Amino acid sequence: MVDTTYIFLQHYWWFIISLLGALLVFLLFVQGGQTLIYTLGKTELERTMLINALGRKWEFTFTTLVTFGGAFFASFPLFYSTSFGGAYWVWMAILFCFIVQAISYEFRSKPNNFLGQRTYEVFLYINGLLGTILFGTAVATFFTGSMFSVDKMNLTDVNNPVISSWETPWHGLEAALNLHNLALGLAVFFLARTLAILYFMNHVNHNAIFERAKKHLLYNALPFVVLFLVFVIWLMLRDGFAVNPSDGTVFMEKYKYLHNLIQMPVILIVFLVGVLLVLWGIAKSLISNYTKGIWFTGVGTVLAVLALFLIAGWNNTAYYPSTFNLQHSLTIFNSSSSKFTLTVMSFVSLLIPFVVAYIWYAWKSINVKQIDEYEMSSESHVY
Amino acid sequence: MEHFDLSLVNWSRAQFALTAMYHWVFVPLTLGLAFIIAFMETLYVKTGDEEWKRITKFWMTLFGINFAIGVATGIILEFEFGTNWSNYSWFVGDIFGAPLAIEGIMAFFMESTFIAVMFFGWNKVSKKFHLVSTWLVAVGANLSALWILVANGWMQYPAGMYFNPDTARNEMHNFWEVLFSPVAINKFLHTITSGYVLAAIFVIGVSAWYMLKGRNILLAKRSIIVAAVFGLVTSIFLALTGDGSAYQVAQKQPMKLAAMEGLYEGQEGAPLIVVGALTPGKQFDDDMDPYIFRIQIPKMLSFLGYRSGDAFVPGVKDLVEGGYTYVDKNGVEKVALSAEQKIERGKIAIKALADYTAAKDANDTVAVAYNRALLNDNFEYFGYGYLNNPKSIIPNVPLTFYSFHIMVALGFLFIGFFMLILYLVYFRQFKINKWILRLSILMIPLAYIASQTGWIVAEVGRQPWVIQDILPTVAAVSRIDSSAVQITFFLFFTIFTALLIAELRIMFKQIKIGSKEGDK
Ligand code: HEM
Repeated sequence: MVDTTYIFLQHYWWFIISLLGALLVFLLFVQGGQTLIYTLGKTELERTMLINALGRKWEFTFTTLVTFGGAFFASFPLFYSTSFGGAYWVWMAILFCFIVQAISYEFRSKPNNFLGQRTYEVFLYINGLLGTILFGTAVATFFTGSMFSVDKMNLTDVNNPVISSWETPWHGLEAALNLHNLALGLAVFFLARTLAILYFMNHVNHNAIFERAKKHLLYNALPFVVLFLVFVIWLMLRDGFAVNPSDGTVFMEKYKYLHNLIQMPVILIVFLVGVLLVLWGIAKSLISNYTKGIWFTGVGTVLAVLALFLIAGWNNTAYYPSTFNLQHSLTIFNSSSSKFTLTVMSFVSLLIPFVVAYIWYAWKSINVKQIDEYEMSSESHVY
Repeated sequence: MEHFDLSLVNWSRAQFALTAMYHWVFVPLTLGLAFIIAFMETLYVKTGDEEWKRITKFWMTLFGINFAIGVATGIILEFEFGTNWSNYSWFVGDIFGAPLAIEGIMAFFMESTFIAVMFFGWNKVSKKFHLVSTWLVAVGANLSALWILVANGWMQYPAGMYFNPDTARNEMHNFWEVLFSPVAINKFLHTITSGYVLAAIFVIGVSAWYMLKGRNILLAKRSIIVAAVFGLVTSIFLALTGDGSAYQVAQKQPMKLAAMEGLYEGQEGAPLIVVGALTPGKQFDDDMDPYIFRIQIPKMLSFLGYRSGDAFVPGVKDLVEGGYTYVDKNGVEKVALSAEQKIERGKIAIKALADYTAAKDANDTVAVAYNRALLNDNFEYFGYGYLNNPKSIIPNVPLTFYSFHIMVALGFLFIGFFMLILYLVYFRQFKINKWILRLSILMIPLAYIASQTGWIVAEVGRQPWVIQDILPTVAAVSRIDSSAVQITFFLFFTIFTALLIAELRIMFKQIKIGSKEGDK
C-alpha cells in the first residue's frame, strides 16, 4: 500500500523548500552588506552608493523569505504550526528584524522622516546582524532538535485542543544556547558579509570602496570558513535522527548525516562542488583584482546549502526532530500536506522557471552598468 | 481539565486585528494607485507629453513610500498564522497554505521585480518596456490580493474540502471550488475595488490641496480627471460587489447578516435599516426594542439577501433557538437546529473522531466504520463541539452593525462625490469652490474609515469562528503564555505606530515638495 507518487511529491516539495532556503541564504548578502556600510563607506556619498547597491536587491531577499514561509506552510503545515507556534520568540525576533528593514531603504534619505537617517541605518544593521544569526540558528535545529511535542488527537480534547506544544518556557530562545546551532548562525552571518563584499567588488565602481572591500574580505571569509568547518565536521560526527520507513518510528543513528551524504552520492557531489566554488570565488578575489567572485561564491552557496537541507530531510531522516519525544519528530511523511494539495502545488511550481526567467531578464536590462557616483546624482529614485 | 485561556485568545485576536488593520492602512492605496499610475504613464507614452511623465513620477514617489510600509506590515501576517494560530495552521493548512504559496510564487515576485524596473528603469529600458513594467506592478499587486482573499473567502465559506480523520485535519479535494467559490470571488472584487476607490479619493484629495494652494495646477487638474473617472466607475462597481457580498453572507453566514442589520427577531419581508441606532445592552432573549430609532426600507433586506421581497430572514434569536424552516444548499427544505443541538452534534463528532482513532489502534474494524459514519454525519457541526454556551455563537452586534452602516453610507457618499467632481470638471471647467476642495481633502480619511470598517464587518461578524462552523477561534490558538502575546502586541503597536508617523510625515513632505520641475 505504499503510495509512491505521494512519497515522490513529499520529496519533491522538500527539494523546493531546500532550494528556496538555499536561495535565501545566498540572498542574505543584502543583510550582510547592511552591516558593512560604515566599514566600507567612509564618506556620505560612498555610503549612499553602498546602500543603493543593496537597496535594489533587498526586495528579492524579502520576497524569497516570504515565499519560503508560504511554501513551507503549504507543503509541510505541521512544521509551520509546530515551529512557529512553539519557537515563538525566535521567529518573532526574526520577523521584527525584517519589518524594520523593509521601510529603511525607502525612508532613510527622505526629508522629514521622523526617526532620522541614523535610526534607519541602525535598523538595517540590526536586520543584518540578528536576521542572519537567528536564521542560521533556527535552521541548525533541523539537525540538533528542539523540545516540543505533537499529538494530533489533542483535537478531541474540547477544552484543550492544541496539537503542538513547546516544552520549554524559552520558546525557541534556547536554540541560541546550543553551540552547534550558534556555529551555523555565526557562519551564516560571516558568509552573508563575505558575499556582500564580493557583491560590492562586482557592482560598485569606486576604487576606494574596492580596496577596502578586498581588505575586509579576508577578515570575514576566514571566520566564515572556520565556523562552517566546525559546523560541518561536527554534523558529520554526530548522531542523527533516522526514520524507519516501514513504520515511521524515529531512532538515533550514528553518523546519520555522513551516511546520508554517502548514500546519496549526487548530493555529496553537489555539496563538494558547492564548497569548492565558494572557496574559489573567495580565493581568486583575494589574490587578484578579480570582480566576478560573487558568481562563484554565490552559486557555490546555493549548492552547498541545498545539499545541507536535503540531507536533513531526505533518505529517511527526521528534518525537525523532537528531543522531548523522538516519536514526535517531524518527517517529510508525517508533516506534509495531502497528496492532492501537493499535486496542485506541483503544477504551480512549474511556473518557477518562468519566474526566474523574467527576473533575470528584467534585472539584466536595468543592471547593465555598475553603480557609480554619476548615477547617484543623475538617478531620480535614490535611497 | 484545563479551560480555554481566554486572555490568550483575546490577546492573540487583538494582535492579529492590530497587525491586519495596520497592514490594511497601506495596501488599498497600493492596489489602486498602481493602476492610476499605469493610466498616467500610458497617457505619457501615447502623447509623448513630458508633463504626464512628471505627473506619473510624482505619484510614483508616493507609491514607493506607501508600498514599503505595506510590505513591512505584511510579512508579519503570513507568519502569524503559524506563531499565534498554530492549531489553525494544522487543521486547515492543507487548504489555506496553498494560496499563500501561490501568492509568493506568482504575485510577489512579479510585483517586486517590476517595481525595480519601474523605479530604476527610466533611463535604462525602452519606454514600452517601462510601461509594461508599470502595468505588471499593478497586476502583480492585485494578484497578491487575489490569493489571500481566496484564503479569507474560504474561512467564511469552507468549500472544496473534506475532513480526513486519519490526519485529523481538513484536506482539499477540489482546487477550483476553493478558487472560484462565490464568496471568494465577491470578496476579491469588492476588496480590490475598495482599494481603487480609496486611491482615487486620495489622488483627488491631494490634488485639491494643490488647487487650494494655487500651485502645481496642471498636475492637479490632470490627476483629478484621471482619478475621478476611475473613481466613479469603480465606486459603482464597489456598490454592486458589496451587494454581491451581502447576498453571499445571507446564504452562508446568516448570523453575520443578522448582526450587520441588528436583526434580533427574524421576519418575512425584513426591512433594510438605512440609518439607525441600537439599544445598548440589548440581549438576544430580552424584550427590549433593538433600535432606539431607525429609518428603513421595507422588504429590502429580504430582497437583497434572498432576492425575494417576502423571504424569511432569520434573526439572532432564531439562529440561537432554531426551529425556523430554511432551504439548504442542496435545495432541501429543513427545520433549523438550535445552537444547543448543534453543540451537542459537534461534541458527538469530536468524540467520534477520538473513538475512531482508538478503534483504529485496536484494529476494531466495526468500531472504525461506525465512528467514521458518525463523524461524517455530524461533521458539519464539528466546531460547535468546542463551544459550551449557545450564546457564544453571537458576534459583537453593535460593532458589526455600525461598521456595516458606516461603510455602506460612505460608499454612496463617494459615488455622489465622484459625480460632483466630474460635473465640475466637465461642465464648470474646473471652477471648483474652495469648500468643495476642502471637502475633497476630508474625503481621504473617510475612505480609510470605510475600508477599515469593511474588514471589521467581515471579521468581527464572523466570530466566534475562524472557519465558519468548523473551527472556533478559541480552538485555533497556539499554546503560548498570554503574557508573551501581550509583549509582542505592544511591540507591534509601538513599531507600527512609529512607522505610520514616519510615513505620514514623509508623505506630507513629499506632497509639499510636489513635482520637481514643470508647471508652477
Ligand atoms: C456601497 C455599498 C457597500 C456595500 C453594500 C458593501 C458590502 C459589504 C459586505 C456585505 C461586506 C462583508 C463581506 C463578508 O463578510 O464576506 C463588505 C466588506 C468589505 N467592504 Fe464593503 N460595501 C460597500 C461599500 C464599501 C466601501 C465604500 C468600502 C471602502 C472604500 C468597502 C470596503 C470593504 C472592505 C475592505 C471589506 C472587507 C473585505 C470583504 O469582506 O470583502 N465597502 N462590504
